Amino acid sequence: MLEVSNLACSRGDHSLFTGLNFSLGAGELMQVQGENGSGKTSLLRTLCGFMQPVAGEIRWRGESVKELAEAYFSEMIYLGHHNAIKDELNALENLQISTGLAGCEVDDKESLAALRRMGLRRREHLPVKVLSQGQRRRVALSRLLIGNVPLWILDEPLTALDVGAVDLMQELIGEHLSKGGMVIFTTHQPLQVAGVTTKQLMLS
Amino acid sequence: MNKLSLLGLLVTIIRRDLLLAMRRRSDVLTTLIFFVMVVSLFPLGVGPELDMLRKMAGGIVWVAALLSSMLSLGRMFSADYLDGTLEQMLLAPQSLSVLVLGKILAHWMLSGLPLVLIAPVLGLQFDMSPDALLVMVLMLLLGTPILSMIGAIGAALTLGLRGGGVLVSLLVLPLCIPVLIFGAGAIEAVNTGMTIVPHASLLGAMLLVALAFTPWVTAQALRISME
Amino acid sequence: MSINWFKYSAPSTFYHLAGKLIPWFAVPAAFLFVVGLYIGFFVAPPDAVQSEAYRIIFIHVPASILSMFIYLLMAGYAALGLIFNTRLSSMMATSLAPTGALFAFISLWTGALWGKPMWGAWWVWDARLTSELILLFLYLGFIALQASIDDPRRADRAGALLAIVGSVNVPIIYFSVKWWNTLHQGSTIKFTGTSMHIAMQQAMFITLAACWLYVIAVSLARVRSIILERERATQWVSELQEVRS
Repeated sequence: MLEVSNLACSRGDHSLFTGLNFSLGAGELMQVQGENGSGKTSLLRTLCGFMQPVAGEIRWRGESVKELAEAYFSEMIYLGHHNAIKDELNALENLQISTGLAGCEVDDKESLAALRRMGLRRREHLPVKVLSQGQRRRVALSRLLIGNVPLWILDEPLTALDVGAVDLMQELIGEHLSKGGMVIFTTHQPLQVAGVTTKQLMLS
Repeated sequence: MNKLSLLGLLVTIIRRDLLLAMRRRSDVLTTLIFFVMVVSLFPLGVGPELDMLRKMAGGIVWVAALLSSMLSLGRMFSADYLDGTLEQMLLAPQSLSVLVLGKILAHWMLSGLPLVLIAPVLGLQFDMSPDALLVMVLMLLLGTPILSMIGAIGAALTLGLRGGGVLVSLLVLPLCIPVLIFGAGAIEAVNTGMTIVPHASLLGAMLLVALAFTPWVTAQALRISME
Repeated sequence: MSINWFKYSAPSTFYHLAGKLIPWFAVPAAFLFVVGLYIGFFVAPPDAVQSEAYRIIFIHVPASILSMFIYLLMAGYAALGLIFNTRLSSMMATSLAPTGALFAFISLWTGALWGKPMWGAWWVWDARLTSELILLFLYLGFIALQASIDDPRRADRAGALLAIVGSVNVPIIYFSVKWWNTLHQGSTIKFTGTSMHIAMQQAMFITLAACWLYVIAVSLARVRSIILERERATQWVSELQEVRS
């Protein structure tokens, strides 16, 4: 469903990678690997449309991502290095506003359920600035539980998470894949989903 | 879970920004205090003769409003930029322009509207006539949103750059000069007994044009700055 | 004869083309400057109203005209670079900006020099001069913005957006300043001679042409150094004679 052909990206005036080809279909999990500075984050950001590639095409369901624009955005979620949550708001408010800005209104019941699944029981109403880094990451990740978007683009999702949360993430990704979703990610920690072979994409 | 309409989206972002400002009240106050201080500096600089001050009052209030707007522009996008919320807005499945419009309106409510409300009090310090005060409030009401909107373009272009408020001001102030001319011109017109219809209608027209174009231009500027 | 224009949109080929073209503009520019100023300062007769003081217009008028035209040209190139993603167009916009700013600055100075004998003050808030001052601010803003952005792509595109917004605003600014000036019965600095003597017309056209040629020559030279800087990591640059020595 996601096809990348002949992609070339550059940062400033120097080139990161050229001639990149891959595809990602329903139920598939892909890990982008490479050394620091090889362009992993830039690739993910290019897939999101933040950066324009120097050459090549990105297609979603056969159509160019550039033309689809908002139609493409409604089918994907991006989680980068930043958590994209506001310190002054509590976890519940953050989740509802994040999904609201993504165009969906979600009621309290569903939001609380998502936060509790992420292990934030009894912390839903605390301002996020008193939560630990790992807990903040969980708040950011709780967005994945709401909204039924097929494509997950995750840049180091496991940062600051403890072992329990890593297991939970692997479980969530597994569920998402079995429902026909797809995930492309980078990570510095091992991430394995039971019963799924991870496709590897090497950037050099 | 149901989809939000564009209006619902607008309301969501405005409520969010207002909520955030409420929990961090100092930002709103500093702009207001700056405005009051700048206006008060002029008599100290040019002398306290009421005749002269009365003539200059409209211009002084407008220049101070301009400067206060410039100062507050940095805050429009920087907080969202730093914590990653802005890049999520770029991925909005509905129009980014609507979100930007919401942010601009919220910014105006927090930085521009307080100026409009306190301006009459300052006008009294300059012995402005009631007519002049009314015209001043009306012009500021029409003009400060335009300042926020043009300023938004500057704020979006200078996202994350060093040089801070000064660079934004350098970019935006020349573009705001027409607003200053017509806004202050109206106050002078009413002082000399002339009609303010041309000023008000021009400012109103600029407001409508700005409303139509600046959200989209600002959205493009944000995409450029966020590469 | 079909010229492959796209070949010249590549910085590497344009670099060499520009280098060859520069003397063809620079030399005539210098020549025409000398001729034009000679005619303007020595051949043209004194004006009935302003006697010798008016002669400054032979510098002031071309500078004003060009400062405005260059801004539009700069915005045009920048827009091309933004829409079609051509780096060379953006580099041309960046190279035009300092020259445009210089002409705006010269226009202001010569305007002041002209105003002093006429009105007794160095600056009279004349509508055109005030608009020129704002134009100078617009140029400086463009240059400052590009200077503060490290990433060249972002600098190109941000500058382009600013230039486009600026050019849309220029008529509005001009109109409002003119209105402001007439309302306050401001002074106007204008050449009010009944008709221009033939020598004056000649001098005006010649200096205008000289300025044009100068702008082209200087922009080509500047864009060459911008190309060198931006493309310094490429092979063709490292193989250039001037870089190797």
